[in-house]
Amino acid sequence: MNACIKAISIYLPEQQLTNTQLCEIFPELEEDTIYQRTGIKTRRISAPLEIGSDVGYSAAERFFEEHPVAKEDIDFLFFCTEGLDYKAPTTACVLQNRIGLPKTCGAMDIPMGCTGFVYGLSLAKAMVETGLAKNVLLITSDVPSKVIHPEDHELRMLFGDAGAATLIGRSEDGANIGDFVFGTDGSGFEKLIVNYSGAREPMTKEWLTQYESADGMKWGKMYMNGVDIFVFAIKIVPPLVNEILEKANLTKEDIDLFIFHQANGYLLNILRKKLKIAEEKFFLYMEDTGNTVSATIPIALQEAMRVGKAKKGDRILLAGFGIGYSWSGTIITL
Amino acid sequence: MNIEEFIEKLEEEFDELEPGTLKPETSFRDLDEWSSMHALIIIALIDTEYDVTLNGDDLRAASTVEDIFNIVKTRVA
Repeated sequence: MNACIKAISIYLPEQQLTNTQLCEIFPELEEDTIYQRTGIKTRRISAPLEIGSDVGYSAAERFFEEHPVAKEDIDFLFFCTEGLDYKAPTTACVLQNRIGLPKTCGAMDIPMGCTGFVYGLSLAKAMVETGLAKNVLLITSDVPSKVIHPEDHELRMLFGDAGAATLIGRSEDGANIGDFVFGTDGSGFEKLIVNYSGAREPMTKEWLTQYESADGMKWGKMYMNGVDIFVFAIKIVPPLVNEILEKANLTKEDIDLFIFHQANGYLLNILRKKLKIAEEKFFLYMEDTGNTVSATIPIALQEAMRVGKAKKGDRILLAGFGIGYSWSGTIITL
Repeated sequence: MNIEEFIEKLEEEFDELEPGTLKPETSFRDLDEWSSMHALIIIALIDTEYDVTLNGDDLRAASTVEDIFNIVKTRVA
């Protein structure tokens, strides 16, 4: 029995942060330069009290509106966000009740960030193919804007908020989710991190006072060493792609479309050139959403299907990489 | 590889630089146009052209164009 992706729905918060707005806030920036450096024109920003699970809930709501799937048929929920409601209980439990999923459904958080969608797919595949679950709902939703300092233009130009709900179930045609390649290098954990967001660095009065003008940065503050993350990506992604192909006994020519975690348009183009992938086989879709962490791959995948770039029967190579450091990839057949 | 060719490639990548702006002794961080993005452009260029991946520490340790060139030279297979 093969597992496959059955359906995807996307939720984007209403408010936008365009390059024009960024240049008004930061007069030293130029619109063309922002676009050239990131491949992004605008990003969505969640409302002040709209947190990760709210965005995830909205994606789930949209999912059940858009697809003829009954909530009662979902027997496992994986929820991926870096902005959990509480340290305990898991946010997936809170969401099970809020979405109205049956009590017979298992629910678990996988706060994996940039690789969250691919890791989530691997878990969902394992559940379905071993018969532990029939229909797995994977919600990947992130709100990085909540942990970015308002004066940090580097991060504000890159990240956006979004949620995606993806259903993984039993394949009735040739569709499937292939083998996975995983990788971890925890020595890079401080290169991309949300500081003061947990038990290792508990929030202090000094921290809140220091960032008073930024509402205390009370959910923590994202730090990224851009150069080191960039180097990590150009070192790790090409061998990751080659290993995925090798494991599947396929070559680049057998792949119809490559969809990577939409980290940064400039970086993705470098990776594409390094891997010698033709432009028409490499899907870039972050102009209107930015880097939405765990939501980028489903957003791009759904768009590729919408515009006919990804069709039934196509082989699509997915690769996630980033925070952790962690990386993972697979080949799916639609 | 020689440094003239290396400089030519760098200048091609930085389209805002007039050809001839960079010299081996140019302290690249002092250029008016310098931004953190240029560090990424340099890393990517060297990675593609010479198959050598510099890291952040390599760049921090270098101050002139020649310093970078020398690091690359010692690592080219």
